[in-house]
Amino acid sequence: MRQAFDRFHFGIFAALAALLALAVPQAVIAQDAPEAVAEEAATPAEAAGGYVPMAPTPGKGMPTSYEDDPLASMTFQDQYSQDGLYALWMHDAILLPVITIISLFVLALLLYVIVKFNRRSNPNPSRTTHNTMIEVVWTVVPVIILVVIAVPSITLLARQYEEPPEDAITVKAVGYQWYWGYEYPDHDVEVISNMLTEEEAIASGEGEQFQMAVDNRMVVPAGVPIRLQTTAADVIHAFAVPSLWFKQDAVPGRLNERMLVIDEPGVYYGQCSELCGALHGYMPIAVEALPMEEFEAWVLENGGSIPGAEVAAEAETEATEEEAAA
Amino acid sequence: MATTADNFAPAADTHAHDHHDHKPNFFARWFMSTNHKDIGSLYLIFAIVAGIIGGAMSGVMRMELMEPGIQYLWWFAGSSPEDISAAGHMWNVFITGHGLIMVFFMVMPAMIGGFGNWFVPLMIGAPDMAFPRMNNISFWLTVVGFLSLLFSLFVPGNSIGNGAGVGWTVYAPLSTTGAPGPAVDFAIFSLHLAGAGSILGATNFITTIFNMRAPGMTLHKMPLFVWSVLVTAFLLLLALPVLAAAITMLLTDRNFGTTFFDPAGGGDPILYQHLFWFFGHPEVYIMILPGFGMISQIIATFSRKPVFGYLGMAYAMVAIGVVGFIVWAHHMYTVGLDVNTKMYFTAATMVIAVPTGVKIFSWIATMWGGSMELKSPMVWALGFIFLFTVGGVTGVVLANGGIDDNLHDTYYVVAHFHYVLSMGAVFSLFAGFYYWFPKMSGRMHSEFLSHLHFWVFFIGVNVIFFPQHFLGMNGMPRRYPDYPEAFAFWNYISSIGYMIMAASMLIFFVNLAYAFLAGKKAANNPWGEGATTLEWTLTSPPPFHQFETLPVIEDHHDYHDHRPATA
Repeated sequence: MRQAFDRFHFGIFAALAALLALAVPQAVIAQDAPEAVAEEAATPAEAAGGYVPMAPTPGKGMPTSYEDDPLASMTFQDQYSQDGLYALWMHDAILLPVITIISLFVLALLLYVIVKFNRRSNPNPSRTTHNTMIEVVWTVVPVIILVVIAVPSITLLARQYEEPPEDAITVKAVGYQWYWGYEYPDHDVEVISNMLTEEEAIASGEGEQFQMAVDNRMVVPAGVPIRLQTTAADVIHAFAVPSLWFKQDAVPGRLNERMLVIDEPGVYYGQCSELCGALHGYMPIAVEALPMEEFEAWVLENGGSIPGAEVAAEAETEATEEEAAA
Repeated sequence: MATTADNFAPAADTHAHDHHDHKPNFFARWFMSTNHKDIGSLYLIFAIVAGIIGGAMSGVMRMELMEPGIQYLWWFAGSSPEDISAAGHMWNVFITGHGLIMVFFMVMPAMIGGFGNWFVPLMIGAPDMAFPRMNNISFWLTVVGFLSLLFSLFVPGNSIGNGAGVGWTVYAPLSTTGAPGPAVDFAIFSLHLAGAGSILGATNFITTIFNMRAPGMTLHKMPLFVWSVLVTAFLLLLALPVLAAAITMLLTDRNFGTTFFDPAGGGDPILYQHLFWFFGHPEVYIMILPGFGMISQIIATFSRKPVFGYLGMAYAMVAIGVVGFIVWAHHMYTVGLDVNTKMYFTAATMVIAVPTGVKIFSWIATMWGGSMELKSPMVWALGFIFLFTVGGVTGVVLANGGIDDNLHDTYYVVAHFHYVLSMGAVFSLFAGFYYWFPKMSGRMHSEFLSHLHFWVFFIGVNVIFFPQHFLGMNGMPRRYPDYPEAFAFWNYISSIGYMIMAASMLIFFVNLAYAFLAGKKAANNPWGEGATTLEWTLTSPPPFHQFETLPVIEDHHDYHDHRPATA
């Protein structure tokens, strides 16, 4: 939420800067980077080996209510992926100032002509209907503004479509009417994720919000590349997590894939974002990012196996089997 | 300058005073009409009725969203408060109904059917449309289409309840395997009928504009409203057959075992989206271009100044129409497009901002140096320019494929398209309505009530839709009947806005009643010397048949003056 507050001031600053037709200094990007909230991350279950669902941090990975923070309730959620931070910077430093200035500029022109060129102040209208110079200007200037927007926009797209590395962890989110299934083909784990009822959400612990809380979260490791695949079993759904700037449709018969790297541990909520029938509003998404060791503990607890360890384990069992045979 | 009626007195006067108008009897006049003005009036009345129904649906939606939880939907579904499924399906039926009604049965009939029919022939000096009887069937197809849609509300949509709850986009497979009931068939059939009506209407407009202009009225002398309808008609003619094909494939997938959109049989759900949006994107320009035309007429009239950059204005509309056909996939950024495809559609979409900017600035330049009179149509036109700009710039934000990853299918999108439609298109409709109401009815409306209507409506729609930008950025998905506590505040404000807007509509209807009951008789040209198009040379209302002697637009007139030469 502090981020949002900073961003607001930053937005005003950026608007003024753009107004003066100055290039926005690149250095300000740094302002948006979460200042290593790593200490916060120490909260999750440290009970040796066991997995305990992480308590969500208020205001992190979820929408903010007006009562909690009016400014944060009016803008994007804080971002916890590098692409998200870049996209957020692009919106706050370029798009928002540009569209605000254009709207205010048009409003100012309208007010000016209303005051200056009404029947009382200007009883004799001019007959001017052409001015090549100004027509060229108002065609070329928007083109320049659009080019300025297009450069970071194309960059953002290129970043979002970076290929995941070979060793990325694969998670397959499958949309069903009306719940999510998360499959981990590398780990032989599969969980079904249903929304908690209002009573369950309240009972499950502090910080859980009804319509966001689920029984089984999509648990992933933080800080490493995830190959997130989406598909659906019945109709089209969409896997969306606003605080990770991530949205990908889950389409029957298709396997969509995108890389996701979550910067730090935490619980990040989202909701199905493609109309999928009667309970479209009740199939939330909860992503829980954990340090690698805790993620692996979660995998083992859910009856899965760790890919590298598996090979070692197999070799071991083979060895013992051979021994037994001998 | 003398009033413009003097310029073209003879023909009009003979008709007004001779009583040989030969109006048919009531049934023949209104049910078998071949008169472009009567058909235009029918379209306008139809659009108002459809608008009331579609607006009431959005009232239920805002009422339900005023607070978290399900409050009222179960009642409409005839179910119990515990039955969340029934409420959710009812919600989907409402959003589908609201969208389809407002697009196909309110905005399009009012703009093209209503004002287009009324004023295209008058403005080009033609006695009627080229195909008067085809004009009639266009209207009645639209009516029957609307009835088919209303009928769909009362037949089963799926195992949960009645009505088609598939969204106005009717995406497969939610609309095929996801909704097996007959309601969706009736909704699809409704679009077939309305689409056929629109295609016939479009051919009629194109033929009329190309062949029936008064002598001397070259294409480059046509009023901009006629240009806007011409471009719109071409968009309709090229886009609607694609929709017809797509929804026909839906019907065969649903009923005859084909698998165009079913991966189990080699089809692809994304194919449907490409086809739908190849129609759907031109469709949004179909809904706004005639508005652009009306705003140009109104701004020029009340500034007492010819339109600035006439040719630029006309060809900006042509450019918007052309580019409008090659940007469709920006509605599909999250379906899993290739990165190059997404880059192309991002760039192409932003290009549309350029001709749109030309139009905005040309309107302001038209007023610049003018002698503006803030009559009722003019305040609506000014409101249009500002609100359309706000809706336009959020469109530039959404054009960025990477930014859209967060905003896609959120309330930010809802806010964006209501700023350009519920404010852009609807403000231009009201501007046009107040501009031409005296001409159509022969009565003056109340300027006071029109201004009051404007201000209350302006405040209302902004209170509804501006907070929806916040909701969308903060992550609230669209098409949700319910939401977590965090979204409560701005939803509440938005619903308050609806009540303000609804109050303004009461003012509108009071104004209408006042005009018909006690309104002053309208002069031939109530708006003064700035109103230079041909309709103002006729009586108010115009004779049943006009221009039996064609007006002649002489060469020495430049294209800013559309009146016939003074004797």
